[in-house]
Amino acid sequence: MIKQILATLLGLSLIATAQGATPTHEEMWAIIQQQQEEIASLKNQLTKNDSRLTETEIIAEATISAVEKIALEPVSASKTHIGGYGELHYNNLEKDNGSGDKDEVDFHRFVLFTSHQFSDSIRFFSELEVEHSIAGDGQVGEVELEQAYIEWDLANYKTAKAGLFLMPVGILNETHEPDTFYGTERNAVEKNIIPATWWEAGAALNGEFSPGLSYDIAAHSGLFLDDGEYKPRDGRQKVGKAKADDMAFTGRLKYTAIPGLELAASLQMQTDMHQGEGDKIAGTLFETHLAWQKNDFQLRALYAAWDFDDAINSIKAGADEQTGFYIEPSYKITDKMGVFARYSEYDNTAGNATDSAVEQMDIGMNYWLHPNVVFKIDYQNQDNSAGTGSDGINLGVGFSY
Amino acid sequence: MFNRLYNSLFNNLISKVVFTGLLTITLLASPQLSAKGVYQSGPDFIAEAFAPHQPEADVLWFNDNIRQQAEKILGHRVLGLRVRYHHSAGKSAWILNEIGKEMPITIGVVIDQGKISSVKILAYRESRGGEVRYPAYMAQYQGATLTDRYKLDKSIDGITGATLSVWAVNKVAALALYYHSQVMSQPESTK
Repeated sequence: MIKQILATLLGLSLIATAQGATPTHEEMWAIIQQQQEEIASLKNQLTKNDSRLTETEIIAEATISAVEKIALEPVSASKTHIGGYGELHYNNLEKDNGSGDKDEVDFHRFVLFTSHQFSDSIRFFSELEVEHSIAGDGQVGEVELEQAYIEWDLANYKTAKAGLFLMPVGILNETHEPDTFYGTERNAVEKNIIPATWWEAGAALNGEFSPGLSYDIAAHSGLFLDDGEYKPRDGRQKVGKAKADDMAFTGRLKYTAIPGLELAASLQMQTDMHQGEGDKIAGTLFETHLAWQKNDFQLRALYAAWDFDDAINSIKAGADEQTGFYIEPSYKITDKMGVFARYSEYDNTAGNATDSAVEQMDIGMNYWLHPNVVFKIDYQNQDNSAGTGSDGINLGVGFSY
Repeated sequence: MFNRLYNSLFNNLISKVVFTGLLTITLLASPQLSAKGVYQSGPDFIAEAFAPHQPEADVLWFNDNIRQQAEKILGHRVLGLRVRYHHSAGKSAWILNEIGKEMPITIGVVIDQGKISSVKILAYRESRGGEVRYPAYMAQYQGATLTDRYKLDKSIDGITGATLSVWAVNKVAALALYYHSQVMSQPESTK
């Protein structure tokens, strides 16, 4: 650049001198000195420009970084998160024995999740739920605190939690957002045997033996069966001034090393379902399940069984064994639409020869308007020996965020 | 009196829970207390992806088209002005963040000649769904390309209970393929 300028200047002065008379030595000297000054000034200007350019680059980089930082800040720095889910159901069911129809619409669940990240390794998580839309004295619904716990990381792949948390049992108990499962209503086996949704207060530890093989162990409050009660679902105290004479333990092993496959087994033990009031009745729940997805096909299967001390039979004959299972194949026809069928069977008095099992067949469809917004329709056919099974159509809309 | 104190302390559920909890934690906690879920640093990932060669660091600036398409792939706003990447001989490596349920997952994607050659979780911060990091799961992305509708051309088998993390990885894999196609189609001088 400088050379070019120099050459141009030299050329110009040569032309100038060529046009007039030959300059004297003094004149030449003056011209050269003048040119020298101009060169120096141009050089100076160039250096200034260069440094300005560098400065501009630094300023641009700083500005871009600052803009990006501001733009991205709300995502990375937000410590408190709000989430939730909800489901509205319409049931049109008829009892087999004609004893009554169910024709109702119900905002079954409205849930708010709040979580807070205290530090990289310590966090809080909670779930507050309004069931059946309205709660209060004499109302049909309830307000429930289903989760509220502190979780902290002890090491890689090892976390502990303390507080009120969901039992590590079954498929639906811990993951029950409506867009994650088929069928308007949750399956009857997990509801009546496990009994989902089931939460207790205590401490738990989760970790990995190896990639794909994880464990959960928990020590927590237990179920309480009041006078005349024998079903696990009746025993849920929901951690509301819960009787805590007798604690319970839960353990789970989960295998997820193969993509698309989950195999798990849980064991729950409680030494006295009466919490020190009345006859001592110990209870053990064993649950195992499979969830397998291959391309557009999915299969879910679950088995759960409670084994109680025989003393429970004096409350209800056959209640010492309460079992259930279901099998649910499903197929995604498109990204947005899937069909399913589910056969389930459960019995809260399986310990005697009387036929008391409830069988249910469901077939239906999910349509995902958005990955987190789902419309559901299904037909259910429920049978039991008492003839009190309900058949009919269920419709639902659900979402989570 | 001591008896009563003893009884009230040790028959109380809470102390039992805390006692058992602490005991098991002490028994099972291993000595290494590293930060949760940082599996590989960005520079290490890049070095490994191009070894033994030294890649060139570059920046892809977002113009309106790129931003709009990136937003379509992710299903939400893209707030940055540019994205940094490394490249060498038709191969590019991208480190991108995407939120699973609540926390950002840091994902590294290497693309070679328009096909995914590897996907790796570099940092995972959610408390559930960490199974996405397993090599067997990540291997599913190998060889995937981008369809005309900007989706992966392979079906990825998911993880029960970790759907949101799986979606996040799927989206990032598709986005990296899209970014790669953009930098490869640009003339050298404007990169």
